[in-house]
Amino acid sequence: MSDVLALTALQAHEAMVAGDLDAGEYAATWREAAAADELNAYLWRDEDGGAGAIAVERPCIAPVAVKDIFCTEGVPTTAGSRILEGYRPPYTSTAVRRLLEAGAPVLGKTNMDEFAMGSSNENSAYGPVLNPWDRGRVPGGSSGGSAAVVAGGLAPWSIGTDTGGSIRQPAALCGIVGLKPTYGAISRYGMIAFASSLDQCGPLTRDVSDAALLLGILQGADPCDSTSVGLPEAPRLPDREDLSGLRFAVPADLARDAIEPGVRELFEATLATIERLGGEIAETSLPHAEHGISAYYVIAPAEASSNLARYDGVRYGMRAESAGDVIEMYEATRAQGFGAEVKRRVMLGTYALSSGYYDAYYGQAQKVRTKIAADFTAAFSEYDFVVTPTSPSVAFGLGEKTEDPLAMYLNDFFTVPMSLAGIPAISIPAGLAEPAGGGPRLPVGFQIAAPAFAEQKLLDAAYALEQGIGFDAGPSGAPYAGIGHKKRTGVGGEEDG
Amino acid sequence: MAELEAVIGLEIHVQLATRTKMFCGCELSFGDEPNVHTCPVCLAHPGVLPVVNEEAIRSALKIAAALECEVAPRSIFHRKNYFYPDSPKAYQISQYDIPIAGAGRLGDVRIHRAHLEEDAAKMIHVGESGRIHGSGASLVDFNRGGTPLVEIVTEPDLRSAAEAAAWARLLRETVRQLGVSDVNMEEGSLRVDGNISVRPAGSAELGTKTELKNMNSFRFLERGIEAELTRQRELVEAGEKVVQETLHFHPEDGTLHPLRSKEEAHDYRYFPEPDLVPIAPTEAMLRGARESLPELPAARVERYREQVGLAEDVAALLAADPETAAYFEQAAEAAGRVEPRVVANWVTGELAAALRQEGGEASAAKSRVEPATLAALVAMVQEKKISHGSAKTVLAELVANGGDPAEIVEREGLAQISDGGELEAIVAVAVEANPKAAEQIRAGNQKAIGAIVGAVMKETKGRADGGEVNRLIKEKLGA
Repeated sequence: MSDVLALTALQAHEAMVAGDLDAGEYAATWREAAAADELNAYLWRDEDGGAGAIAVERPCIAPVAVKDIFCTEGVPTTAGSRILEGYRPPYTSTAVRRLLEAGAPVLGKTNMDEFAMGSSNENSAYGPVLNPWDRGRVPGGSSGGSAAVVAGGLAPWSIGTDTGGSIRQPAALCGIVGLKPTYGAISRYGMIAFASSLDQCGPLTRDVSDAALLLGILQGADPCDSTSVGLPEAPRLPDREDLSGLRFAVPADLARDAIEPGVRELFEATLATIERLGGEIAETSLPHAEHGISAYYVIAPAEASSNLARYDGVRYGMRAESAGDVIEMYEATRAQGFGAEVKRRVMLGTYALSSGYYDAYYGQAQKVRTKIAADFTAAFSEYDFVVTPTSPSVAFGLGEKTEDPLAMYLNDFFTVPMSLAGIPAISIPAGLAEPAGGGPRLPVGFQIAAPAFAEQKLLDAAYALEQGIGFDAGPSGAPYAGIGHKKRTGVGGEEDG
Repeated sequence: MAELEAVIGLEIHVQLATRTKMFCGCELSFGDEPNVHTCPVCLAHPGVLPVVNEEAIRSALKIAAALECEVAPRSIFHRKNYFYPDSPKAYQISQYDIPIAGAGRLGDVRIHRAHLEEDAAKMIHVGESGRIHGSGASLVDFNRGGTPLVEIVTEPDLRSAAEAAAWARLLRETVRQLGVSDVNMEEGSLRVDGNISVRPAGSAELGTKTELKNMNSFRFLERGIEAELTRQRELVEAGEKVVQETLHFHPEDGTLHPLRSKEEAHDYRYFPEPDLVPIAPTEAMLRGARESLPELPAARVERYREQVGLAEDVAALLAADPETAAYFEQAAEAAGRVEPRVVANWVTGELAAALRQEGGEASAAKSRVEPATLAALVAMVQEKKISHGSAKTVLAELVANGGDPAEIVEREGLAQISDGGELEAIVAVAVEANPKAAEQIRAGNQKAIGAIVGAVMKETKGRADGGEVNRLIKEKLGA
């Protein structure tokens, strides 16, 4: 294992800028590391280097693992689905283009729940991703591959998408940082749509500083995405040392009973850390947040039912052999090409939009969404942040929840309200906790949500809290574990570790 | 049973002649090799997003201004979901409950709304039926897919097939003059569907309507509506009910065919398009649209009637297209003291007839007869320098070969006989030669005068003034 793999992406960037690290060798070292994937985390790897590369004067950005939902010209892009098997897009997504323009090579495409529908990665048509902390457990989803490669030392950092928690929850379950930016901060162009009004690209990184660096590369208004606006200012690297003067609100209506004891303990401990750092803890009310899951599982499937209608076997991807007419060909292609969860949501969504049911389902869900957004607005008029556990449990066992979709959906209980409100939220590791059923301790995530476009403030606070928590564990064999790398030199006095 | 009244509303799809498609940068085209004007967006590749064409919004605002529509401060797009190979996304992006343009008016017909949407791709069904059912294979040309459309919907204010066709012509001319569309029905850049019903005359209730499609010329539009009205009248008169359905007009034999219900039974599952933001035209855009309007046919008809004093039918003929209108106005100007009404009658009457006679395009503006030339000819008639009949001869020559009317009159010896004695002598001979007619005129039968006038005209080769000839005959016969 090369020492350079222990560097965070920011440290590697600084070393490359200083001329102490050769970008080509560094990228090659990572390609070698990625080739050792035993987690089924990559669906495609750039074995020779240079996929889609754009000539930049001096490449100095670490290679990025990209969720297989971002179209990249000439590179297989499946969204974890059989229906896109063999598809090589004729164009490149804005997010990947920005990475390439910054000089960051694409290391590979990461496994995911089919069309980003899932919380465990078990819905991938290409098999589940294994959690690097415990290979009998799930990495979370849908950006499970993107979380596992970072936690497992198969990539320095990655990008994923978050529709109802798909960046934050797998980041939590894998013990890394995951940021879902404000809706509109990063272009969605070329990002295969699941639920258009919720989908947002974001970074999965070892620490908060890397998240800030990657967000800075990705963010910005894009003429190809009318809903993109970018951030008001390019993000700076966070440097806040304490939390004095900041008010953190815990939703009083938080379903504490649904939270695993180990997760609850670490959540309370993190609140104590916030106070120790000078932050103020208070209770607030988000009266409609408990309906978030219900609204989400109407809105997201409704949009998905329309977004996924284009996969018909006519122009690209898989086409079923069919002797019948065009409608029969559509039906056979979709029956064979989509997995069970995708079919379930397409049916749910089709029903919710049907004539006579629209008002009762889709219309009503949109009203709930508006109320939830108003709840957050009210909370932010008094407090700087809203905090919750990221997920009610640590990583669960493979196959444990696949038979019970509702139990699976409840994984998103704490992350969905922020998605519905379109606001930014970050998950940072809070520590390790024993699973409810016993066994070795596993990562727990702590979620911080901020008002729309307050990414800088969010990153600053998350950075200070990250230092206060001092989590530096990793799964066995991870190149970065236990070296206290997260404190940056030149920030807040002496470097530790 | 009370007489049945026709109630007709029209839905008009106008393909905008923007440079690029509604939601991507592909160029618009007609007649190019199939599938060359495509991109990931209009082929609906995974991950693509639509971006609204600003030029299409400006065009729609011009149409809204011309139709005096209210413009929505924030209009939105919806998705209309359906599976069909002409729709690669499996939904059409269209405006639904909040269109860019609301209530308006053109001529006597109220506009219900006008909205923006994208056109579907073109399907070519190989096989006998020409339709997807029963065809051997179907081909899709995505060049057309994503072309910007404005759909204009009228209130059911039309009362006959002829009225509907005439109004559709007015609409086409209006849109054409805005410069926002080619409005070519045969090429499909203008498509007119009819919503047709009948009801007892005087009733305020609407009967059950049918939707009539596939009428790709104004003649077919009129014939199709006429055929459907006849069908509905016969049904109602026989005590049967009209069933709500969509019918296809077959121009080859004038028959109507219902579309199969399977093709129609759609639940489009409309919902707001999450990939687009609302259209909120600025005050400057609205002003720009209003100020860009040329004088449109309806306004011009009004001006010709009110200010120039033309009869409605003549005004409508002259005002329809700007070239004819300009021709008339230049001719009237050049004719000086001659009343514009007289010049108008010459443009729509004798000149149009002469052009038709000559064959080819019956457009005054494109003819060899300059407006000033026509004005000079009309003035000669008014000043009794030539007879009306001679003027027609001159006009025929002008239409065929151009030239100067005075020269033609001179060359052909068409100057009116102004010597009273000469004409009197010819009249005397003609009376002698037609004793029977002369007797009848003496007996008070004025109609018989035609025979003697004809003889005079024949003798003078039309160079005599008709009024003067009449007067002389009556004087001679003491009638």
